[in-house]
Amino acid sequence: MTAPVTTPAAAAPAAAGQPFEPLILGFTCNWCSYRAADLAGTARTKYPHNVRLIRLMCSGRMEPEFILEGFAKGADAVIMTGCWPEDCHYRIQSVKALRRFIFLRRTLADLGIEPARLQRFYASAAEGQRFADEMARIVAEVKALGPIPPETRVALAAHPDVVASASQPQEVEV
Amino acid sequence: MTAEPVTPAEAEAPVADKPRYKLAMYWASACGGCDVAVLNLGMKLIEFTERWEPVFWPAAMDAKRADVRAMDDGEIDVCLFDGGIRTDEDAEMAQLLRAKSKVLVAFGSCAGEGCIPGLANQRPLERVFEAAYDPELNDVNGSGLPSGPWESPWGELELPTLEARLRTLGQVVDVDYTVPGCPPETERIAEVLSAVTAALDGTGPLPPKGAVLGAGTSTVCDECGRKRGVKSIREFRRIQTLAEVDPELCLLEQGLPCCGPAARDGCGAKCPAAGAPCIGCYGASQGVQDFGARLLSAYASVVDASEPEDIERVLASLPDTVGQFYRFSLAASLLHGGRS
Amino acid sequence: MTTPKTGVYVCHCGTNIAAVVDVEEVRDWAASELADKGVVVARDYPFMCSSLGQELIENDIKEYGLERVVVAACSPHMHEKTFREASSNAGLNPYLTELVSIREQVSWVHTDKAKATDKAKAVIAGGVYRVSEQEPLEPLIAPVNSATLIVGGGIAGITAALEIASAGYPVHIVEREPSIGGHMAQYDKTFPTLDCAACILTPKMVDAGAHPNITLHTWSEVVDVSGSVGDFKIKVKHKPRYVVEEDCTGCGICVDKCPVQVIDTGFESGIGYRKAIYTPFPQAVPKYPVLTPENCTYFAKGTCKACEKFCPVDCIDFTQTDEYVELNVGNILLATGFQPFDARRIEAYGYGRLPNVFTSMEFERMSNAAGPTGGKIVLRDGVTEPKSVVIVHCVGSRDKNTNEYCSAICCMQSLKFAHLVKEHTDADVYECYIDMRTPGKGYDEFYNRILDEGTQFIRGRVAEVTDSLRYPEEAGCEGRLMVQVEDTLAGVKRRVPADMVILSTGLEPQPDATEVARMFGVGCSSNGFIIERHAKLAPVATMTDGVFAAGATLGPRDIPTSVSNGAAAAATILSRIAQGEIAMEPYRATVDAERCSGCRICNDLCPFSAITFDEDAMVTEINPKLCQGCGVCVAACPANAISGSGFSHLQIMAQIDGLLSDTSGGAGRHAEEAVGATA
Repeated sequence: MTAPVTTPAAAAPAAAGQPFEPLILGFTCNWCSYRAADLAGTARTKYPHNVRLIRLMCSGRMEPEFILEGFAKGADAVIMTGCWPEDCHYRIQSVKALRRFIFLRRTLADLGIEPARLQRFYASAAEGQRFADEMARIVAEVKALGPIPPETRVALAAHPDVVASASQPQEVEV
Repeated sequence: MTAEPVTPAEAEAPVADKPRYKLAMYWASACGGCDVAVLNLGMKLIEFTERWEPVFWPAAMDAKRADVRAMDDGEIDVCLFDGGIRTDEDAEMAQLLRAKSKVLVAFGSCAGEGCIPGLANQRPLERVFEAAYDPELNDVNGSGLPSGPWESPWGELELPTLEARLRTLGQVVDVDYTVPGCPPETERIAEVLSAVTAALDGTGPLPPKGAVLGAGTSTVCDECGRKRGVKSIREFRRIQTLAEVDPELCLLEQGLPCCGPAARDGCGAKCPAAGAPCIGCYGASQGVQDFGARLLSAYASVVDASEPEDIERVLASLPDTVGQFYRFSLAASLLHGGRS
Repeated sequence: MTTPKTGVYVCHCGTNIAAVVDVEEVRDWAASELADKGVVVARDYPFMCSSLGQELIENDIKEYGLERVVVAACSPHMHEKTFREASSNAGLNPYLTELVSIREQVSWVHTDKAKATDKAKAVIAGGVYRVSEQEPLEPLIAPVNSATLIVGGGIAGITAALEIASAGYPVHIVEREPSIGGHMAQYDKTFPTLDCAACILTPKMVDAGAHPNITLHTWSEVVDVSGSVGDFKIKVKHKPRYVVEEDCTGCGICVDKCPVQVIDTGFESGIGYRKAIYTPFPQAVPKYPVLTPENCTYFAKGTCKACEKFCPVDCIDFTQTDEYVELNVGNILLATGFQPFDARRIEAYGYGRLPNVFTSMEFERMSNAAGPTGGKIVLRDGVTEPKSVVIVHCVGSRDKNTNEYCSAICCMQSLKFAHLVKEHTDADVYECYIDMRTPGKGYDEFYNRILDEGTQFIRGRVAEVTDSLRYPEEAGCEGRLMVQVEDTLAGVKRRVPADMVILSTGLEPQPDATEVARMFGVGCSSNGFIIERHAKLAPVATMTDGVFAAGATLGPRDIPTSVSNGAAAAATILSRIAQGEIAMEPYRATVDAERCSGCRICNDLCPFSAITFDEDAMVTEINPKLCQGCGVCVAACPANAISGSGFSHLQIMAQIDGLLSDTSGGAGRHAEEAVGATA
């Protein structure tokens, strides 16, 4: 595991007294919700900066591992967005994403991550305003939840006992 | 080989001109099953001692930590390390054996991915103690929880302290190879030892660092002989509630939560062959970082429901999601730090 | 993670990006902080999409031996192709170039400059990490079948069919009504020129019917679609006409002799009659009549059979059933049109309850010289001429209670009605409007003409059409209608007595629009109209390659626009046919047979039937021609045996790591102490 990179601005963390600014990872689908995000941009509709988006071809591509990696690497919430089920560009794949989402949300709840940190909504390519509105709503909800406690996401980089071997030998030496 | 028994001197001598490699096997927070699996080699174990000299193996021989400390770095050729890292003693031994071994193998599910004890990581340590040492259920010894320095009738003892959570071997030190299983199947262990012997001899290839040995590259379904069709699950069933289990049909298709689709092959699919759903002790398939996520995605993909309420209803038939999806691999899951 | 030599290019996009994101800071950051990820050069430039901007990339590829390129600029939907081509020109596989959006997704949507700059850095990190895991890919080449399917034989569909057929390629038109022509065939005159609709339409209908390259499938519907661009398989159901088409001469004797008369709710919009066996209108193409069993005495009781008795060529066949044909086509055009808004939904206007309230389609048929009244404008009694006619705009349009959109043609249509009423009668004509929308060529001039002709315009949305009189001044108006409307320009409430009220109804999608769209794999917006690929730059393409749309199925529009749509779609289809093959994005799933355990968990997940199971080898296989690259099977496979090119597991995981790389591995952002840059 190579060492993470910090930026000067973000390395000064939210010290006590500063308001909590969540970092939210959003998954979009190429045909509907990503285009809705683009439309929000073209119309200059503003929404909070806390969201960072990833484009998939279909919300059905979403693996639970993606969401888990998001939480493991620092996201405070993850959003899954995609086509309305009746209008999925690939016909019926939104439904499969929904099933995985619901299974994962329950499992994460059992692992200590509140269900409200896993959100989803549908947005067609024409719904730029709705996309922005949903983003704003979710950011506000997650702000109210606060950060995820470190022991829940157990990021090893902060663990005092770990001898983090930044330069591990790549070959077995015998 | 002559008909007469060999003398002790002869037994110590290497076979012909082949060197005798130094082997260590250590159990950290373990049940002992992995060591038993190695001992199950039976007579083959005697053959192996022609090529391998056990220098430190608490389960089978009387050697001390001081003996290990006295060795040179890298003096041990291969160390099989089983058990999870739960106490500060486990962590210390992991560091020590890493330093003294050329090749360190995470042996068995505990060392590889935390195994079932890793499920304790769902709760803070205090809760673990409360559950284990609940005064309402246990006789109270009067001296509180056993940990750290402890006055015993024989003097002060330094008992290991439990760390905040259980970690895998790879989360503590650099691991060269992994042999999965709870425990690894004895036939696979024999194959691994033969392959490593050949590699050290130079007569066989050395597997690339990080390789998983003693297992296949697919999943248990590959080895399972049951008939399988397109699955469509309305409800997950507990095996006790089924009047009959079809002996030929895929268990998952019958609604039993079999982990076979996600569990690495190599075990011979013995459990499904005996009518028991696979519980996933061989860990994740090649290249998979999070076993639970894969199994979850697989189950969700074959659930026969489309509306959120309906999907929740099917999910409700799996009451313990963490136990089902992360039975062996919670400590190594992405959320809990990954495999290394 | 690998660290190939990477170039990062940060676009200003003029001030679009640079006014919010500090592009120079981002450039420097990328050069230093992403150096250990392979970045060897980072630049910024005002317009990366310009030829000079592209040259920057091409030169760097050659000079630095770049193996990956990341451009931070606009949306990939804008210029991904541009930058991929630039890389390709310089010898780098185009798929090793990534475009990340810091415009639509950052500078245009956020106001805090510092936060936007931070986010831009994270987005670029995501792109750099992601593209490092990308492998070179080649587009998939698929041959294009030269036949085309056009669904819907209205003016848009006919236009497209004639264009493609004249170029020498076969076309199939599938039309669910007995004749092609669509709604335009029902109209009387068309604005602004007042051409007779049938006069300009029927020559095209005849051409389409006679063209050797056009096959008409009327009284038919598409029931199944499979395949993908270049190679679609279509199943068409021919409903039984009960007439043997090869023998029918179109003489019409069967229609004359049929004793059953029913109200024609189709072509005549419910104000005229037809027989149980009928042709919808005299100029129908094809000319063969159609028998509707639900109206026919023979099907009900087993008697009559007058049509069969009197048919001179003995071509009535009561034993016909549904027939199915399979077509192979390379491209599909959806031109399924619209349905008029059902005015019954606005109870206050009284349509369906008050006899002399008419819809626009009813009026068109009434005004038409070939219609049920012979062109006479009369009340529901069929005799009385109205002395006062009120025309109501925006019925079912611009209305939160029904449809929020504007139906585009109703203002012109209402003006046309005013003219026709004045032409046929001496009635006073009033138009109640909200705005006058006359944007087309000659449209506003037409409006002025109607103003000059003496129609009274009241600016206000009609509140109510009623037959109940309320005020003493209304004595003498018994039996007439009263239209209540606020005259917003004069600032008074008016009640206008009328003999006839015409509701200018809006346009809605066909009742089965969403099912049809789903069958063809295209999307509809929430109001049911098909979504075009890009509202401005690709107005007749859909998100599905090989499926196009033209005409009112995309949304309300006039005839010139529908014709343009049809011709535009035909042009694109012809270019595909002329090239003979099409390059498809290589986002496909593949199964590693070694890893596949044959668990079959993926087998039921593909709506395109690309996934099959080899029973002998006990492994799953994926057909790359049918695979559309959605990735659902990739996500499902518990054995990690299915990989998805272009959106692989490692790529997305890398992108996630990059996007979250300023969180110090997840513990440092909110911890008490800052974690150092490297452990």
